[in-house]
Amino acid sequence: MDRTLFSSEHRAFRDAVCRFLEEEAVPFIEKWDREGAVPREMWRKAGQLGFLCPWVEEAYGGVGADFLYSVIVIEETSRIRASGLTFGLHSDIVAPYIGNYGTEAQKKTWLPRCVTGEAILAVAMTEPGTGSDLAGIKTNAYCDGDEWVISGTKTFITNGNICDLVIVAARTDLNAEPAYNGLSLFIVEADRPGVSRGRKLEKMGLRSQDTGELAFDQVRVPGAQLLGEPGMGFFYLVQKLQQERLVCAIAAQAAAEACLAPTIAYCKQRVAFGKPISAFQNTKFQLAEVATELELGRTFVDRLIQAHTLGQEIESETSMAKWWVTEMLNRVADKCLQLHGGYGYMMEYDICKRYMDARVFPIFAGSNEIMKVIISKRMGL
Amino acid sequence: MLSLDSLDDFRSLVRRFVVGEIDPFVDTWEAAGIFPAHSLLKKMGALGLLGIGYDPTYGGQGLDIRHDLVFLEELGRAKSAGVTLGITVQTHMATPALHRHGSAALKEEYLRPAIAGELVGAIGVTEPGAGSDVYALRTRAIRDGDFYRISGAKMFITNGTQADFMTTLVQTSDGPSHDRYSLLIVPTRLPGVTISAPLRKLGMRASDTAEIVFDRVAVPISNRIGEEGAGFRYQMEQFQIERFAGSVTCLTACDEMLRDTIGYVRQRIVFGKPLINKQVIRHRLVDLLTEIECCRQLLYSCAERIMQRCDALREVSMAKLKIGQLARQVGDECLQMHGGYGYMEEYRVSRFFRDMRLTSIGGGADEVMREIIAKISGLAGATRDND
Repeated sequence: MDRTLFSSEHRAFRDAVCRFLEEEAVPFIEKWDREGAVPREMWRKAGQLGFLCPWVEEAYGGVGADFLYSVIVIEETSRIRASGLTFGLHSDIVAPYIGNYGTEAQKKTWLPRCVTGEAILAVAMTEPGTGSDLAGIKTNAYCDGDEWVISGTKTFITNGNICDLVIVAARTDLNAEPAYNGLSLFIVEADRPGVSRGRKLEKMGLRSQDTGELAFDQVRVPGAQLLGEPGMGFFYLVQKLQQERLVCAIAAQAAAEACLAPTIAYCKQRVAFGKPISAFQNTKFQLAEVATELELGRTFVDRLIQAHTLGQEIESETSMAKWWVTEMLNRVADKCLQLHGGYGYMMEYDICKRYMDARVFPIFAGSNEIMKVIISKRMGL
Repeated sequence: MLSLDSLDDFRSLVRRFVVGEIDPFVDTWEAAGIFPAHSLLKKMGALGLLGIGYDPTYGGQGLDIRHDLVFLEELGRAKSAGVTLGITVQTHMATPALHRHGSAALKEEYLRPAIAGELVGAIGVTEPGAGSDVYALRTRAIRDGDFYRISGAKMFITNGTQADFMTTLVQTSDGPSHDRYSLLIVPTRLPGVTISAPLRKLGMRASDTAEIVFDRVAVPISNRIGEEGAGFRYQMEQFQIERFAGSVTCLTACDEMLRDTIGYVRQRIVFGKPLINKQVIRHRLVDLLTEIECCRQLLYSCAERIMQRCDALREVSMAKLKIGQLARQVGDECLQMHGGYGYMEEYRVSRFFRDMRLTSIGGGADEVMREIIAKISGLAGATRDND
């Protein structure tokens, strides 16, 4: 089915994004995978072309575009398996904290640099001892004169090594009851004294994506770098999770769709028992199931994109999409790999890498178990 | 009922070897993309672990399948399935046909040193254009005096970059498809043999895999195992042994992974309580424990049938299919229970997940197992005639 969400302006924008990625990213993906990172210039280039934070208002250097422009960037980077081009994280998960909770001065200072790609963003929530359970955050910050002093360790930070600016979740009230009432968010420059970048983490997949640890040792930031109100950190994070999970579902859906065409092509040319394996009923049924699941996922995700663009509250439905689409992605990658036989197990085949990339989707952005906790709560359970 | 109780001492011997000689080194071998087959196999040969069921005339132990079962169970507990794979290629994939059908001279030349761990073996069946479809194999061996001249290519060869010989299925005539093939022992150091660089794989990274190409390689006729034209039948027998061995090691690997994960969820605190306190986690673990126990019983029943010399093609094929799928499920669910850490290479579960994706592909893919079982069950004729 044709997608009905996009106008001709959106389609022209998608063409421009595709052209850029074909020229500037596709030829280098293998290299970036090996190096475990993508060059900083990619952010600058994407920024120049208006692909970063397209939603930012003109007053802060953006074009004030709707969410669909972000969707296009997320989909196309996912489709080409450029896991290191974390534009979706930068533009649609981290920058919105500044856009929504920042003061006029904070927005004027930081947002233009997010749009141009001069400041690459990261968010530091997860810690060695706590992931989905935000109330367990141990990193703390205290007031010292007109400065905040932050100490703690964060892990699984996407863009951990490359980032210039980090939104850090820290505990500012150690006695708050319940504990999540004591969290606050800070904007921290990654080059501040006391910030150290830990080792780069070796992951199963998403090889070109930079994932690291960040340690904060008595890091001093001006009082003006507190984001929003003190003690409101948990609520800010939770409010922005709808979009984060939708971004995850959008990327997962696009990644799943990208598995199908190459697999069909492979099955048509691979001969076994005297005929192409596409002629076997099992192959046809497997691919029919894949195509059906992709269609279901697409329908659901597009409906959520539309509702989200209209500003509707769809926390429960987004949680449903996050777990279902990410599991579907894994089923699709698994079936497509199986149809490639022994070649599917070889790293030189794209499906092999997609399989490894896919496995983290049910874990990050709130594990799928957390999604089910949220959904069941919404049902009054 | 199969009883393994009297084999506790033997089990401990194998366990000690795995814990002392394999586990401490697997991280290094995984990173290197290869394990040192020559030195490791030599140590195993010295302990009598490479010819447990083989004829003592050639240095084997002449023991029954219960010993073999115990050996495989403990070997499967090693911290790298790639190392287990490389070893079982030597013991259960490259040498069974040689042991059963090879001439005395050929066994003296290759089986004895393989049992002693002095020579490393590989098995060459799959080709770039044919894996599960064995009838489509194209590697040819043409008679030339006292030699065969072999041309063709073998793909995805485990131990491929370090093997001294490869038990190779080649086409020796144009006769009816069953009778076209022969099994030859091909030394890998001969002129005309080209071994590719190691192939980069999703998992099994401590095990080297290569493509081996033959360009008019001259191999003595006396290197043929058994009869000319009987290679296909020998290889089908050998596949049975391979699949049985692979299923046993795979199942205890699952058991180890589950134990490891149970340890993890006991100590991981989420929302103030250990993760194991969550009902869903407990139930998932119980489901997996139940599946493992069912599969163990199936394998033991296979072992009994083999011991009583009953046909076990159906049961072994079912075990291979079921355990291969179970291993992937165990890998997937255990990884999920580890959360973000499960995705990091340094965690055992991450390696297990990658390694175990092979179980539904290698040694005959799931689809091939289903075809075999369908045929035995009277559900299908020849594969070529079906959709």
